[in-house]
Amino acid sequence: MIKKFGASIGSALLALHAGSAAAALQLNLTPGVTVGSHVAYDLHNLMMWIIVVIFVAVFAVMFWSVYAHRKSMGHKAANFHENTTVELLWTIVPIIILIFMAWPATKGLLMVRDTSNPDMTIKVTGYQWKWGYDYIKGEGEGISFLSQLSTPQDQIYGKEPKGEHYLLETDNHLVVPVGKKIRVLTTAADVIHSWFVPAFAVKQDAIPGFVRDTWFRAEKEGEYRGQCAELCGKDHGFMPIVVDVVSAEKYSAWVAEKKKEMAAAQDDPNKKWELAEMKARGEKVYAANCVACHQANGQGIKGSFPALDGSKMVTGPAEAHIDRVLNGKPGTAMAAFGKQLSDTDIAAAITYERNSWSNKTGNVVQPSDVKAARK
Amino acid sequence: MSAVIDNHAPAHGHDSHDHGDHHGAPHGLMRWVTTTNHKDIGTMYLWFSFIMFLVGGVMALTIRAELFEPGLQIVSPEFFNTMTTYHGLIMVFGAIMPAFVGFANWLIPLMIGAPDMAFPRMNNWSFWLLPPAGILLMSSFLLPGGAAGVGWTMYAPLTSQMGPGMDTTIFAVHLLGMSSIMGSINIITTILNMRAPGMTMMKMPMFVWTWLITAYLLIAVMPVLAGAVTMTLTDRHFGTSFFNAAGGGDPVLYQHIFWFFGHPEVYIIAIPAFGVVSQVIPAFSRKPLFGYASMVYATSSIAILSFIVWAHHMYTVGMPVAGQLYFMYATMLIAVPTGVKVFNWVATMWKGSLTFETPMLFALGFLFLFTLGGFTGLVLSLVPVDVQLQDTYYVVAHFHYVMVAGALFSAFAGVYFWFPKWTGKMYDEKLGKIHFWLTLVFFNMIFFVQHFLGLAGMPRRIPDYNPQFTEFNQISTIGAFGFGLSQLLFLYILLKAIKSGKPAEQKQWDGADTLEWTHLPTPMPYHTFENPPTVK
Repeated sequence: MIKKFGASIGSALLALHAGSAAAALQLNLTPGVTVGSHVAYDLHNLMMWIIVVIFVAVFAVMFWSVYAHRKSMGHKAANFHENTTVELLWTIVPIIILIFMAWPATKGLLMVRDTSNPDMTIKVTGYQWKWGYDYIKGEGEGISFLSQLSTPQDQIYGKEPKGEHYLLETDNHLVVPVGKKIRVLTTAADVIHSWFVPAFAVKQDAIPGFVRDTWFRAEKEGEYRGQCAELCGKDHGFMPIVVDVVSAEKYSAWVAEKKKEMAAAQDDPNKKWELAEMKARGEKVYAANCVACHQANGQGIKGSFPALDGSKMVTGPAEAHIDRVLNGKPGTAMAAFGKQLSDTDIAAAITYERNSWSNKTGNVVQPSDVKAARK
Repeated sequence: MSAVIDNHAPAHGHDSHDHGDHHGAPHGLMRWVTTTNHKDIGTMYLWFSFIMFLVGGVMALTIRAELFEPGLQIVSPEFFNTMTTYHGLIMVFGAIMPAFVGFANWLIPLMIGAPDMAFPRMNNWSFWLLPPAGILLMSSFLLPGGAAGVGWTMYAPLTSQMGPGMDTTIFAVHLLGMSSIMGSINIITTILNMRAPGMTMMKMPMFVWTWLITAYLLIAVMPVLAGAVTMTLTDRHFGTSFFNAAGGGDPVLYQHIFWFFGHPEVYIIAIPAFGVVSQVIPAFSRKPLFGYASMVYATSSIAILSFIVWAHHMYTVGMPVAGQLYFMYATMLIAVPTGVKVFNWVATMWKGSLTFETPMLFALGFLFLFTLGGFTGLVLSLVPVDVQLQDTYYVVAHFHYVMVAGALFSAFAGVYFWFPKWTGKMYDEKLGKIHFWLTLVFFNMIFFVQHFLGLAGMPRRIPDYNPQFTEFNQISTIGAFGFGLSQLLFLYILLKAIKSGKPAEQKQWDGADTLEWTHLPTPMPYHTFENPPTVK
């Protein structure tokens, strides 16, 4: 460990020395592709210039003093200790400078907070630890999907090299048309999250039980990446956002395809499933939704997340198990998955848990059981 | 003062003007447990804070080690979250605040010519609440589920997902708050009632003024914090729904209450630091503090403004635009009195007769870097910019410039400045200067580059990151280890001076002009100013 650490320090220093460690280190805000990001970028640059000028002026005086008024240079101390004119001046001048800063800030803020007359509205829901997207108004209405980190665990734990978009890639991208005003409603299912895409200058907290809004109108097609910006528990660092901004035609094509996909994914609610196929499907659902806490081996994390292997809940009556998955356990990280997953997926995950590791109940929970439990 | 009823108090009534060294300090462990002497209690506060500083520092190094390169190498994400949480709690409540209470205990009675604090026994209790609070806080790590990974801000409703470590943390915060409130009552009473004849309010040294103002801030906001964490506790265990939307509450309410405490808290830390610097800079400029009266007014204005700007920590929760505008304007206004203070310090140096011993170096480091932290605060006050920077490393850089280069540098300046007076021994000036330069360089190495990380969009409180952020994180981590090691040099300097430092003079710094330098011998007797001096 220490050896590895030392080697890393060495290579880092070397890389820095070579000055070619990365293509370009970002030193400023992104200019971005929305009005909001331009406002932030310009305002920040303006502020930097004002600050640099004041900083240089004030500390030029201080360092002149440090240089010229040293005792070792034989400087004798004067004895003045007030001067009303100067003191008034350095109270009033900063106020004027502040007004000069407040004016563009106010103008910019009023512009970026105007969420009226959107072309489309998308609801973003924060879950521990993924995002849910519902297209609720405009073209694509009715589309709904979850989006989560697609970086493999092996990259995180250093077993394979890290990709360019390490930790900033998702299985399902949010897709929006270029040049359209997109209103974003944010909310959350468990704790507070924050939907943050720097290129849009959008950062809006997603608060459980409340809906907030923000908006963006992307000027350029492309892939834009962001992350959750509010500490939301264990995997706060692992819930990225990817937004594809595409042309109107491409967007329409995407909508058509997505709708077809969603229709195909509709399960027959009355189908009777066999153990093997239910378990196979459940394994996928488990890997996407349960594994972060309860772990692939069903052992959980001692003290934080309970083991499912051999658990009383999982090997006991199925009704209680279904209820727990549907409604969660308040006051813990156990989410109410009834809001996120279909009856079939929930039934599959429960079936998988009840027949994996050392659990051998032989139960097959059917979608109809889950539907009945939902009431 | 009839309030001074002390077990060890000598028989009163002798008429000499001596400084009461006819009986010295008691010996043994019980001296420290039962002491009511402001000097002993001040010493214990300072050592306690130094120990907590090292503990919080080890946590910071754990964070920086994990962030040295992308990927998870050293700790798990949930443990990482506990490190950021307890690093913050320990540094704020365990290290910085007690350090300045230590200065207050040592210096306020000396500077106003009082024999001790107004309530010496309460003073003892204020201190002795701290070690149990520290132990309780650290015990969270041993409980099932581990300590709470919620950030030092402890936002609801994440707090309701934590194990019993959350509850011990809440109780520790209660104890720390009680300690602060009692300490503040003591400080206010001492300053208002126990000044020597002739020591009018507007003659008090600036350090005393800053503590008077800080103590009022503490009394005003510590109960608010206690309320916030108590509501968290009842939400967790007693079925209330203050912060639970499903029960009719509001998670954002927690943030409002927390930051109503949290913003004044920033000044609770910064204002005594201003006080120390306002003593040190004039002493080494050999010139009185410029604009004393305006300093008092500026400090008071900062304190008052600190109550009405709290929601600038919450620009992204989705408040109405009118609310954002109000909090933006109010926040920008703080720059005015803060600017006055900086200008006053520079004007104090102007045409002085400057020397640059270690305390002065740290005070100048404070002045330079605190101002930088103030400027980034101004950047963050503008809502459209803040929306980009909120909860990124830019904020982390900003508040460390204020807390470390501000408060910690000032505390170092204070320790070097008064160490000769307190102990009667002189520290090694050369090593002190090395300590300063190492601290300065490594500090900037850690935190300057974090501005760039924040501007590029790296969120705070994440254990792992995209490789685009690697270079700056590595610089930051190397700086952090250098910074940590430099503080061991500080410990060595202190221990060496205590063991074998040269005897210090009564007025070790020829520009120092407060009562402890002008009226008291070095080393100081255990009891001082039993008969008050007369201040002209």
